[in-house]
Parts: sequence; structure tokens; C-alpha cells
Amino acid sequence: MELLSGGEIVVRALKDAGVKYVWGYPGGAALHIYDALFQQKDVEHILVRHEQGAVHAADGHSRSTGDVGTVLVTSGPGATNAITGIATAYMDSIPMVVISGQVPRDKIGQDAFQETDMVGISRPIVKHSFLVMDASEIAVVIAKAFYIAKTGRPGPVIVDIPKDVTSPEYRIPYEYPEKIKIRSYHPTTKGHAGQVKRAVKTLLAAKRPVIYSGGGAILGDASAELTELTRLLNFPITNTLMGLGAFPGNDPQFLGMLGMHGTVEANNAMHEADVIFAVGARFDDRVTNTPSKFCPSAKIIHIDVDPTSISKTVNIDIPIVGVCSTVLRQVIEEIKTTKDTTDKIAISNWWSKINDWRERYGIYTEPRHEPSSGDIIKPQDVIRSLYKATNGDAFITSDVGQHQMFAAQYYLFDKPRRWINSGGLGTMGFGLPAAMGVQLAHPNAIVACVTGEGSIQMCIQELSTCLQYGFPIKIISLNNQALGMVRQWQDMQYSGRYSSSLYEDSLPDFVKLAESFGHVGIRVSNFDELDDKMEECFALKDRVVFMDINVDRNEHVYPMLIAPNGSMKDMKLSKTERT
Amino acid sequence: MRHIISVLMENEPGALSRVVGLFSQRGYNIDTLTVAPTNDLTLSRLTLTTHGSDQIIEQITKHLNKLIDVVKVIDLTDGPHLEREIMLVKVRANEAQRAEINHCVDVFRGQIVDVNTNTYTLQVIGSSDKNDAFIEAIDYANILELVRSGVSGLSRGEKILKV
Repeated sequence: MELLSGGEIVVRALKDAGVKYVWGYPGGAALHIYDALFQQKDVEHILVRHEQGAVHAADGHSRSTGDVGTVLVTSGPGATNAITGIATAYMDSIPMVVISGQVPRDKIGQDAFQETDMVGISRPIVKHSFLVMDASEIAVVIAKAFYIAKTGRPGPVIVDIPKDVTSPEYRIPYEYPEKIKIRSYHPTTKGHAGQVKRAVKTLLAAKRPVIYSGGGAILGDASAELTELTRLLNFPITNTLMGLGAFPGNDPQFLGMLGMHGTVEANNAMHEADVIFAVGARFDDRVTNTPSKFCPSAKIIHIDVDPTSISKTVNIDIPIVGVCSTVLRQVIEEIKTTKDTTDKIAISNWWSKINDWRERYGIYTEPRHEPSSGDIIKPQDVIRSLYKATNGDAFITSDVGQHQMFAAQYYLFDKPRRWINSGGLGTMGFGLPAAMGVQLAHPNAIVACVTGEGSIQMCIQELSTCLQYGFPIKIISLNNQALGMVRQWQDMQYSGRYSSSLYEDSLPDFVKLAESFGHVGIRVSNFDELDDKMEECFALKDRVVFMDINVDRNEHVYPMLIAPNGSMKDMKLSKTERT
Repeated sequence: MRHIISVLMENEPGALSRVVGLFSQRGYNIDTLTVAPTNDLTLSRLTLTTHGSDQIIEQITKHLNKLIDVVKVIDLTDGPHLEREIMLVKVRANEAQRAEINHCVDVFRGQIVDVNTNTYTLQVIGSSDKNDAFIEAIDYANILELVRSGVSGLSRGEKILKV
């Protein structure tokens, strides 16, 4: 057996876990590992400019591929800088392994230089964590970390390794475990047959059904099964913010996104449904509005890989624990074998009702906002222009705020893993580094980051990483010179008192800023030039292009659920109208 | 309602903090908690009492099960079970008070485990209810110090918690 140092074991174990890329930032406690990285070619390290960027990049890589994202940081500030990224991944159940250096074993607990209790500080935002106290444990722990991260409900796993454990002074035999078995960890994959039968009976008897699918359908690679089932039943389907793309966005059966900024047809259909079929969705407060008023007449069927998601906020009538793709396959088989059929007349009447909502309120039947003209560019039109320029086939990452909602509403994703955003934690600064992860995983794909002048400044340092590694990301910045979503709420609830949501002419010249990072900057300030400039941007295939687009700062995102105490059918349609 | 939840988990560093963290993180209550290794030294057995609606208790057991270090979880109060808690009480015990304290300890089948010129240390083992009753009964004496171990318990009969 080969004799390796602890540092070499870390790198070799990553390779054996199937890792090709590690995102990270070196520092004292991780130097032995970095030295081992330097001396091999199988695992490539990408040097970011801030550890938060490393985690978001690994996250974006994972979201766009399904692989486990991998991060390497040093102890202390390296570890704490990674925390926001880890929490982001945790809230959206993204499989990830974060290796953090730690101070040497004999220094732990002594407030040593760059010491922080990483296992402790990350505990509430990780699926699991390990502190490796002996080099002989490294390979097994890394193998377990990857296994835990990607199975069951995925999530980030921390492996904290004291510096002396990776020391080149000691060499020990290396062996990567072929199979991992953890006696206390047995995630359910297949759905309970009896529950599947009950679910199918309920589905087929439904008169006003809605399929409501979330991020779990994407993480569980259930897009094909979900599409097949939805078409087989001819049921309407809505996706959560995290679930966009699991069902084709341009399909007539798709009602659009639901929830806070969902479409009227989706939210009304949920409210009036008699059967809700939730697939990998978690009844988040951005969806349900007031839980006690949520879907008052619906029987709810819920597929989820995580038993704790069942009946967490809303009581579930028929829970099925399992991986979405597997359970949906069981459901499809059961429908095909049973003699019952759907109530075609009831479903047809249901569609008439839904289509009526679409006609009256739908944002896809006609624009519900004022048109753009001259120097008034509506943010919605920027997303439409982006859609056109990319043929609707790009990977779109986003930051958090109005631009995120406009992108979710107006860029209709036909494929899963194309819409990359921080849904659960709502992390500004996510978009650009996440786009780096996507671009690295898909070097020939078009990757655009839809952002705003607020969010982009939270991780703008990564423009430098883009140059070093040649990630030709297109940054579509909806510049409204304000923290748009904050401003919207201040308009609605605080009589327009813009407390700390304006920049007062302090914003940088983003075109020059992009140029100083070695990239291309394009400013758009007139609607008439929007499409041409957008084409120009995407024609520059090998360059990072920063599109600084001046959009109407007075625009609000609609529709919008009315909170607090509203149901899903209580919505604002514009600044003056409501349902 | 009060529930006694028993958890079999890996005897690993950090396992206990994950259980305790879960409760504070999700806003659940821990009323008592006791933990020690079992006969199999790779495993610890943790018993906690908590209260909440059925929905909360269900979430608690599910979240406990979700922790990677947790092997098995059982709500002992779901079925017939034994519960015990050890309590040590140091009381002022003057000549005049001793007879009555002795009597009270006898009634509760407790023991006097330490005697001093002015104090007694009493040991009572029983359910939490019984121990509560003892505190009330001995209240006339001057309680100087009191410590309760927290509840431990097992299911009655054949039902066992194992890997």
C-alpha cells in the first residue's frame, strides 16, 4: 500500500471521490493540503478572491450538474467567510463538501492564531460535520462526507482538519473505502406502496387538481418523470422559485411560478384546488402566505425525501417519503395499472376556469406593466431581451431582489438546472460566483448572471477570478440606483421613506470598473438600443461582459401576495389594483 | 403534553451538541436531559423530556432521527414504560426535625445518604411525579440544595431500542 502524508491523503481522497475541481483560498492551516494539490494534476484548484465566492461557485457548479460541490478554506477567517455560502447551500439542500483547515491539535481551544470552532459555528447550517483528529481517518471521513452530502436530502458537510494531521512529516498507508456504510444513516429512496396507491386514487378522483413541484424535483432528477406524469394526467402544474425548469416553462400546462411573486393563475389554482400534489416542495412561507388560510379545500399529497418536511408548516393528508424520481415512477406505474381514470369533464372545466384567470390576469397573455420607451427601460423588458438574445437556452444565475423575481417570471426555463438562485437564504452576492461554477462545469454554454447594482457589489471581487480562469460570464445588471426590493417595500409599507436604500450618486462607473478588471462594459440607457446591445454582449463569446442597464427605479414586482393574514388568492396586481 | 424521548446515538464527540442545538435552533423545549454510554461503549443513550403538541413532538422525533449520529429514537410515553429519576436533597436537620424527616423519607422509600450535625442529604428515586411530591412533602424542612438527574426510562416488556 502507498504511503502518503495527511495532506496528500486529502487530495487523493478528493480525487477518489470523483472531484475534479476544488474552489478555495489558501492560508496557514491549509498549506500542507495546498502543497499536496500543487504536486498533482487530477484535482484542479480555482483560486477565488473571497471564501464566500468559493462556496457559491462550488454551489453553482453543483446546482448546474448535480455533482457534489467542493471547497477548501483555511481556519479562522477563511472558515467564517465561508459560512454565508454554506448557509445558502444548506437552505437549498445543495450537496457540498467543505474542507477547512484547523489549528494544530495541541492548539485547539487555546484561542490560537486564526482559530475558530468551525464545527461549532457551522453546526446549525450543515447536514453533518467532522473534526478529523488522526490522519488515518481522513480517507474514510472524506468518503463519508461525500456520501452524506449527496444522499437523502442533500446538504453541505464540513470536514475540519487540524494542520498537524496533514503534516508531510508522517506518512501512512492510503486506502479509499470502496463502500460506505453508516449504521445510523439509511435515507429512504422508494415510496411506500400503500401510500402510492392512496395517492393515485386521490389524484384520479380529483376535480380541481394542481401539481406543485419544488427544488426537490430538480435535486432528485425527477424532471422527466414529472413531465411524463403531468402530461399523462393533463393536470395544471406550478413550480416554486427553486423548482423552475423541472417542467418546461413554455408548456401550456405550466401555470408559472407560485407564491409571493407567482402568477395569479397559479396562486388562484392552488387556493381553489381540491387536490394538491406536492413534489419535492416544502410549503415555504413565501408560497403558503398565511398557513391557516392555505388551500382551504384541498387534500394534500406530498412527496419528499426528508420526513421532517412532511407536515412541518401545513398538515399533509398523504405523505410519501422517497426520492422524487423514484416515487413519481411508482405513481406513473400505478396509474397505468389501475382501472380508474381521471374525471375528464371536471378537469376540462377546471382548465376553463384557469384559462379565464390567464386571460384576465396572466403576465404571459399580455404585458401587465407600463411599456418601456426612450430612457424608461422596464426591467421586465430586459429579461425579455435577454431571453431573445439567448434563445431561452442559457444558464441563468441571479442575485437577490427585484431582478431575481423578474428573471424568475420572464425567463421561462424549459430544462432543469438552468435557473440557479439562492431561494431559501436569499443571499445577495450569490449570482456572480455561482455563475463561475456553472461556467466551469459547462465551458461551452451561455452563462448569464442577472443581478442589480446592489447585489453585484457584494461579490464583485470575483470579476478578477473570471479573468484569471477565463470564465466568459455575461453580467446583466439591472441598475435602478436603489435596493429595489427594499425600496418596493418602503413604497408599500413605509410611505416611501427610503431608509438606507439609496446610494446618493456614490455608485461606481460599472463600465470602467469592468474594464479595469480586464473585461468589457456596456451601458444601456435607452430602450431602443437594448436588443442591439444585448446581441452585442452575447456576440462577445470569449469575454466577460458587464451590461450596466439603467432600468426604471419606480417599477415594482407584481403580482404580489398580500401579507400578513392573506391567503394565496389575495394579490396585488399593480400599485393600485388587487384581486 | 409531557413526552419522554429516548435516543440511541453514536458515542462520538459533537453528537450531544447536535441534539441540544436542534432544540434551541427549532424553538423546542428540553425540560430534562440525561446521557451516558451504554453497555456497548460505541453507543450513548440519551433520554430527554419535552412538552408540546402532537405535531411538535412528531417534528422533534423526525428531526432527531435525521441527525446523522442518531441510530434510533423512541417516544417512551407512546406505550407502557418505566421512568426513574434520582434526586439528592440536602435539608436542614435539627434534632427536633429529624424524626419527621425520617418519616417522610420512609414514606417515599428514600434513603438518608449523608448525615451531618445540622444537615441530612436525602436520596429519592422515582418518577418525576413522585419526586415532585417528595419536594412538596419535605417542604416544611429547610431545603438547602437539591439536584435531580433528569429522567431515564425504558419501555416495558419485549420492546427494545437497538442498532
